[in-house]
Amino acid sequence: MQARRRTTAWFPFLMAAAAAIAGFFLQPIAAGRLSIRPALAGPTDGNLFTPIAKVLRDPRCMNCHPVGNRPRQGDDRHFHLQNVTRGADDMGFVNLRCPACHRDENNAYSRVPGAPNWHLAPLSMGWEGLNDAQLCTVLKDQSKNGGRDVAALVEHMSSDKLVLWGWNPGGARKPVSTPHNEFVDQLHAWQTAGAPCPATTP
Amino acid sequence: MPISTTVNGQKVSLDVDPDTPLLWVLRDDLKLTGTKFGCGAALCGACTVHLDGEAVRSCQTQARDVEGREITTIEGASDNLAKAVQAAWIKLDVVQCGYCQPGQIMSAIGLLSQIPKPSDEDIDKAMDGNVCRCATYQRIRAAIHEAADSI
Repeated sequence: MQARRRTTAWFPFLMAAAAAIAGFFLQPIAAGRLSIRPALAGPTDGNLFTPIAKVLRDPRCMNCHPVGNRPRQGDDRHFHLQNVTRGADDMGFVNLRCPACHRDENNAYSRVPGAPNWHLAPLSMGWEGLNDAQLCTVLKDQSKNGGRDVAALVEHMSSDKLVLWGWNPGGARKPVSTPHNEFVDQLHAWQTAGAPCPATTP
Repeated sequence: MPISTTVNGQKVSLDVDPDTPLLWVLRDDLKLTGTKFGCGAALCGACTVHLDGEAVRSCQTQARDVEGREITTIEGASDNLAKAVQAAWIKLDVVQCGYCQPGQIMSAIGLLSQIPKPSDEDIDKAMDGNVCRCATYQRIRAAIHEAADSI
């Protein structure tokens, strides 16, 4: 009898604690960010990759991740002028090497874009035409992505100067539509959840 | 601080704004006017020179980029390969107005230095950045083959 009374007395406190814990995990982190805590995202929550895929498909990223040997340029993704091609080392064919025109920073006068190590992504990292699931799978495939594990991928997309150029493209080019700090938050949420890939195209 | 570089085999010290395009350093400061201004935006190839042996657009290269490096302009293109290209250009009478030709020749030398026997496709890919308003492209292609055969 006494034991039952003791349990009953604790019941409101247990309920309050459960509500507090649930509230902590379910509250929105901030306006415009993910409304689910990474801790609750299961390894099958491929939706976490959806906003990342949106960034990867931005012209600023996709123009230099073609599935062929010709880079693209501009917001309309036309082929690079002068029929620039990939070359043996992803830095252009003879005479039309990337550094022949692209410096380590944007040129304010000519509006030719630039960033350190300007080059095409390798053919194995061609993304055009891939759905979210395929894009996620290719991105994580270390045999294709230069041997990067998920942490290295997140680091690459968070701080590589050539990647960051997408948010400071110069000229009349539109920056990547998702702010970079939000993109990094999305990457961390995806990483914390175990870097899940979507099962199918949304 | 002056910028030290080598132009056509001569060491030079440049007292210029580091942001100055190499094209204007060559033309205005060093009086090497063979290299031409065409567009100023890496679109035409008229300003092509070699930086450490590779073709670059001197309108996009800045003075601070050339510290400790070797620049070759049309005036300094004088090795056997360059002579073969120039001879082919004369033999086939490539030039019409001539304005773009210093850039064309520097690109042709750049191509042949890396691909001694280029195919038509190689030539098209390597020379596509050099525009000729007189449309001498067929003669340029023929002259590159001629130079390749003569080496």
